[in-house]
Amino acid sequence: MKRRLTFIIFLLGIMPVISMAATITVYPGQLIQAAINKAAAGDLIRVMPGTYREKGITIDKPLILLGINYPVLDGEKKYEILTVKADNVIIEGFTLMNSGYSSMNDLAAVRVLNVSNVSIRKNKLVNNFFGIYCQHASYTLVSENEISSNGISELESGNGIHGWKSDHLIIADNNISGHRDGIYFEFVTETNISGNKSQNNIRYGLHFMFSHNNIYVHNIFGNNGAGVAVMYSRHVTMLQNEFRDNWGPAAYGILMKDISDSHAEGNLFSRNTAAVYMEGSSRIRIRKNIFTGNGYAIQLQASCDNNNIDLNNFTANSFDIATNGSLVLNSFSGNYWDKYEGYDLNRNGTGDVPYRPLSIFAMIVERNSSAMMLFRSPIVSIIEKAEKIIPGITPENLRDDSPSMKPLPL
Amino acid sequence: MIIATNVNKRFGRLQVLSDISLTCNKGQTIALIGPNGSGKTTLIKCLLGMVIPDSGFMTVNNKNIARDWAYREQIGYMPQISRFPDNMTIEQVIDMVKDIRSGSSRHLDEELLQAFDLPSLYGKRMRTLSGGTRQKVSASLAFLFNPDILILDEPTAGLDPLSSEILKEKIQKEKSKGKLTMITSHVLSDLDDLVSEIVYLQEGKLRFHSSVSSLQKDTGEEKLNKVMARIMQQNR
Amino acid sequence: MKKIIKYIILDILKNRIVIAYTLLLLVISLSLFMLEDNPAKSILGLMNITLIIVPLISIIFCTIYLYNSNEFIELLVAQPIRRTRLLSGIYLGLVASLLVAALVGIGIPILLYSPTGTGLTLLLTACGLSIVFASLALLAAVLTRDKAKGIGLALLLWFYFSFIYDGLVLMILFQFADYPMDNTMIGLSMLNPIDLGRILLLLQLDISAMMGFTGALFQDFFGSRAGIIFASFVMLAWMILPASYAIRKFRNKDL
Repeated sequence: MKRRLTFIIFLLGIMPVISMAATITVYPGQLIQAAINKAAAGDLIRVMPGTYREKGITIDKPLILLGINYPVLDGEKKYEILTVKADNVIIEGFTLMNSGYSSMNDLAAVRVLNVSNVSIRKNKLVNNFFGIYCQHASYTLVSENEISSNGISELESGNGIHGWKSDHLIIADNNISGHRDGIYFEFVTETNISGNKSQNNIRYGLHFMFSHNNIYVHNIFGNNGAGVAVMYSRHVTMLQNEFRDNWGPAAYGILMKDISDSHAEGNLFSRNTAAVYMEGSSRIRIRKNIFTGNGYAIQLQASCDNNNIDLNNFTANSFDIATNGSLVLNSFSGNYWDKYEGYDLNRNGTGDVPYRPLSIFAMIVERNSSAMMLFRSPIVSIIEKAEKIIPGITPENLRDDSPSMKPLPL
Repeated sequence: MIIATNVNKRFGRLQVLSDISLTCNKGQTIALIGPNGSGKTTLIKCLLGMVIPDSGFMTVNNKNIARDWAYREQIGYMPQISRFPDNMTIEQVIDMVKDIRSGSSRHLDEELLQAFDLPSLYGKRMRTLSGGTRQKVSASLAFLFNPDILILDEPTAGLDPLSSEILKEKIQKEKSKGKLTMITSHVLSDLDDLVSEIVYLQEGKLRFHSSVSSLQKDTGEEKLNKVMARIMQQNR
Repeated sequence: MKKIIKYIILDILKNRIVIAYTLLLLVISLSLFMLEDNPAKSILGLMNITLIIVPLISIIFCTIYLYNSNEFIELLVAQPIRRTRLLSGIYLGLVASLLVAALVGIGIPILLYSPTGTGLTLLLTACGLSIVFASLALLAAVLTRDKAKGIGLALLLWFYFSFIYDGLVLMILFQFADYPMDNTMIGLSMLNPIDLGRILLLLQLDISAMMGFTGALFQDFFGSRAGIIFASFVMLAWMILPASYAIRKFRNKDL
């Protein structure tokens, strides 16, 4: 909230500049770069509909670049289209297409370079290598952009929104598809990502590396090659996001690798191969989430400790919990498990016998994936029942002592 | 009409029929006689194609019956123990058989059906019927399609004297039409006046096949059971 | 043959067992859907019914029916009718009535509560397994003369396909844990109609989990058009081969 407030104050700050500024209109056949060169700081440049092929436009003074009816800026698959090198720039209403592809440089449709207070909004980005590239940027807004590409392989496509050593970004209400990673952050901090839809990307819908203190809320991540990956970060807050239909041998609703002190609440995980995969993570609170129709709801590797998983609903998952060792340093409580078969004699809504969410067959499959063919076979059910009554192989203390009898109202 | 040539059949280690050769002609009424387990029923079943001979062959009207089925149109068969689908009524059974044989152009002979007064029982289910009534249904079915060959396995067993008489009269009548009838029975007295030939089987072998009149002459006896008793004595 | 099918169906429909079986399926399916507010769980329950109860009742009912209709068979064998036609007619009659039972007992509740792809697959599997186990019943009844032995054989076949086979596969799997087994597993699943049906259902119910495995081979195979067609042919073979072998045997059987 505080960050957003800062941002608004910043906008108010530049208002007077705008009001005193001149307006320059650019028509097809004219050069936008020429208009920029001619303009004074704070001017408004209106770009009329048409196609502009300018081999790279650099904005080096505070300006408002406003596209009327989405004029097309075409990079002809060779150039970076827009490079922002000044603070206080607004880019709005353009169609940016065909940025160059290079295996040496990460060419983007828009690059925000070493500046702050830039706003890129309501643009359409089509078939670019990288979409919006924030490099050493701060206090920058990227919102309501439609970013799509038709990338086929991981190597030949870039990321939709790319953040590198930036801070205080707001990434809101964008639609991103067909890129390598929908949103990629490395060394980005204090950032708010909200209301985005990142779908059908080749690798991850959202990819975090070494990015601390970020919040993401109300985003939808679906059908991405490998879901969402959050790695080597601290203090990540994930609220009310949807993770759906991330299918594949290494696809996760969310992959948490070496994450700590984070919080996931109110999220929906639906039909993912593994909804949550945790490795080397600690002090993460997972509560009030819905896990439904996933292959694995939570794959909790033995390298995780001090995580609390409570008050979640687990329904219609093939396996609720899987792990790879016998050491359990995490706690489960008050969850609703649809596979729970216990009873509630004192009618307090909590089952009287603990629930053991780890199935022995999940462990068998972990060791020998071909055994999946026997899943739900009567013989497997018998083994499963026997193990539930007398746990021999599954860890004794991986259990929910207070399972809820009814689905929690989430 | 029926010619059996070197028919052999064994069930496991038991030789049920060994080298049976037999010729039966139109107009004959043949009694198939022999002690229990002599192979009478098996022979009949071979004729009907219910049992397949290990070797040898049979012809009906000069056609080999092996793997054939159409020849059964000419045969009316009344089994030793009549069993019918439990859930069907008499009418349904009769209708069903009629339906299945509906391809043939033979006219239906419902005389026996009427004589046994079966139409009054038409609605009864098979499982509620007595053994005798079932035999009546079975006999009626055998005669129903006016076949050229009648094969009756113990026809009078289980029938009351009155019905037994009705059946015998019917056999007599069909005989006069020139049909071939084959009867097995333990009750030899039933066969008096009925049969013209006797085939005697013992331990799967054909002991003899000769006409009743010649047997009567040989033994000097009139009644069939006396005749047979005499023969058995001689054989011993 | 049509006539025989007609009479068999009429006879079976009067037979209370099939009606009871239909009602049993109907009651179980309806109560599964009504008592459970989570349709996915109901489908799971229904899956167990389909994979265990349907084959069991199909094979036992058909075997007993075949022995009980000895009289019918004897009556008709003496009639001018082809034996192969007779037995094929009986088989098809049995199949038809089992299908009616499955369609009414499982189909109607699915139509009412869960008319999805999964529901449809479930219904198709139930129908397929009904036919396969009728086919196996025909084999059991033709191969053994004695009723008790025949029913024993039928039960054994059911037990084998339901439990023993999977146990053996599990054993093989652990014995050869170090080898790549995916292709072998697909081959093995073809040899058991229940497994075949179960895997088709897994691809609907647990697709998310199935996708997770390194091979993802089941999905690649059973999910592809060619795989589905191949699996259907195998299922068809399971329906036809035992029955046609039984019919061939029956042609030379002494009654």
